[in-house]
Amino acid sequence: MSTPAIVAQDVSRTYQLDGLSVPALRGVSLTVEPGDYVAIVGTSGSGKSTLMHLLGGLDRPTGGTLLIGGRDVARLTPNELAELRNTTIGFVFQSFHLLARTTAQDNVGLPLVYRGIGRRERRDRAAAMLERVGLAHRITHRPNQMSGGEQQRVAIARALVTGPSVLLADEPTGNLDSATGQSVLALLESLNDDGVAVVLVTHDREVAARARRQIVMRDGLISATR
Amino acid sequence: MRLAEAWRVALDALRANRLRSLLTMLGVVIGVAAVVALVAIGTGTKEQIERQVEGLGSNLLLVVPGRIEAGSAPTSSPLTLDDIDAINRVVGDRTRVAVTIASGETVRAGSRTRFSSMQGVLETTPTVFVRRLDRGSYLTRTDVSTGRRVAVLGAGTARDLFGDRDPIGRQITIGGVRFRVIGVFERLGQSLGVDRDGEVHVPVTAAQRLLGTERIDGIAIRAPDRERIGELSDAVVAALAERHPDTDFSAVTQEQILGVLGDILGVLTGVLAAIAGISLLVGGVGVSNIMLVSVRERTKEIGLRKAVGARPRDIGVQFLLEAVLLTTTGGVLGMLLGGSAALLVDRLSPVPAALTWWSMALAFGVSAAVGIIFGVVPAQRAGRLDPVVALRTE
Ligand SMILES: Nc1ncnc2c1ncn2[C@@H]1O[C@H](COP(=O)(O)OP(=O)(O)OP(=O)(O)O)[C@@H](O)[C@H]1O
Ligand SMILES: [Mg+2]
Repeated sequence: MSTPAIVAQDVSRTYQLDGLSVPALRGVSLTVEPGDYVAIVGTSGSGKSTLMHLLGGLDRPTGGTLLIGGRDVARLTPNELAELRNTTIGFVFQSFHLLARTTAQDNVGLPLVYRGIGRRERRDRAAAMLERVGLAHRITHRPNQMSGGEQQRVAIARALVTGPSVLLADEPTGNLDSATGQSVLALLESLNDDGVAVVLVTHDREVAARARRQIVMRDGLISATR
Repeated sequence: MRLAEAWRVALDALRANRLRSLLTMLGVVIGVAAVVALVAIGTGTKEQIERQVEGLGSNLLLVVPGRIEAGSAPTSSPLTLDDIDAINRVVGDRTRVAVTIASGETVRAGSRTRFSSMQGVLETTPTVFVRRLDRGSYLTRTDVSTGRRVAVLGAGTARDLFGDRDPIGRQITIGGVRFRVIGVFERLGQSLGVDRDGEVHVPVTAAQRLLGTERIDGIAIRAPDRERIGELSDAVVAALAERHPDTDFSAVTQEQILGVLGDILGVLTGVLAAIAGISLLVGGVGVSNIMLVSVRERTKEIGLRKAVGARPRDIGVQFLLEAVLLTTTGGVLGMLLGGSAALLVDRLSPVPAALTWWSMALAFGVSAAVGIIFGVVPAQRAGRLDPVVALRTE
């Protein structure tokens, strides 16, 4: 196999809260291979989101080593980290995080803005990506004109538009009913079939069971892998 | 991020909060409008005074007894018509020398009266100062030498005393003495709110007899050319000093008067503009405040943008442009408002106003600078936001 997409070695993250140390992650080691499909489960507060933020380069570990796309996060400047997020990682959030006054097409094109790509090309690529997630007919809709499932598909299209190697999805179905959630999952799985590594946080055992690997977290540590 | 895109985002953000953007701009609008309008009025007034002083005729030299200094009381004049003969010899051309003795007098025609400035003058006045007649004729040399009781009226005096009737050939009384009207001046209008058409010119000899005096108050000389003004001024003052050893004489040129007036008006305009500038500053603080609110409101948006690859600088530039767009839009509105106010004042009131391109450019530049200065702190704050914290805020 080629170089891993993400390698975490004994990674820890301790928050400082009013002078108090809150250890959210206490030494986690994990490798995400290209094309991988990993589910992360665990009780609330066990550190799943914290881990996802680290894997996505949104945050830096306070201990251990983290390589994203072969690059050591500790050695990257804020600008290089931003570039890494832009090129290598796609993020999908539980609450979609779409820009409210912006059309589906321009929401999807947003990451390309930070690559200096002109508006016409952004729109072309965004339209193609919306078609890929089955929303060709919603191009000019704004978030408040779409259902939750449609909004999450827009968010997935946005995560994919830069052609990342890893898609990080933190409870992507958490705000959706189960039928809609199933179709979103099916979409993620079809993307995975196309070769994009998917890391998925979920509370749903059945959903987790569909992944290639399962990681169970507890108190900032990996308590089991399946 | 491309700059064009950053502008688009900034414009969108301002459009999304139209009313708030407008209210925030208001401080800048008012500040810029005040600067533009006040500078226009200052400039217009200065130009008008300059035109009027220049309108007196070029190369003019005014000679008065006493020193021209702040705080010195006007001395009673020792000058008489004999001195004028001496000055005529110095100047070598009597048509270039004018004199005046002035006194406020009640002028009557039939049942109408009016308080006017009576000026006892020589027949040379229209050539030394540039004055044109609307009708009739001016005083002649014979009128002056014989002390004939004839009068030339200012346009305002003529209108008040005679209305629409033709004053030429009619009788008036000045201080109870009868005079015959032989001419009416062209209208001059107002200067700094002072009516300049309320005068009555009579032969200096007639005025002296009326007032029971031999004195004259001042002398005006039109020099043949600019280069010789200084020389002439010295010669005239020397000749007068010889004849009146106990009195000081002062000679001022048109340029000196213009210079002093220009300085005073320049300072005044500057002070007014500075006061108006303070309101710009207050407007800037308002912009800063709203931008901080905006950063807080859009924390989630900032977090999301960072998550998809925005660098701290991209976010900072976006918010800075928003602040600059806010203040420059305010600046343009203020320019339009201040410019129209100045034009209205110029059109509808006696106060003159002249718009200058440099005050517009300055106002625009300052409003852009205000945006940059007061946008930097909010922009930096936005750029430094931790994306994880930003995304978690609700
Ligand atoms: N910014 C922060 N400052 C201090 N403590 C934090 C911060 N963010 C998270 N934590 C703490 O870190 C721990 C892990 O939080 P995290 O959000 O990663 O949990 P999670 O597994 O995603 O939970 P959930 O399933 O509810 O989303 C929690 O105890 C939380 O209170
Ligand atoms: Mg979580």
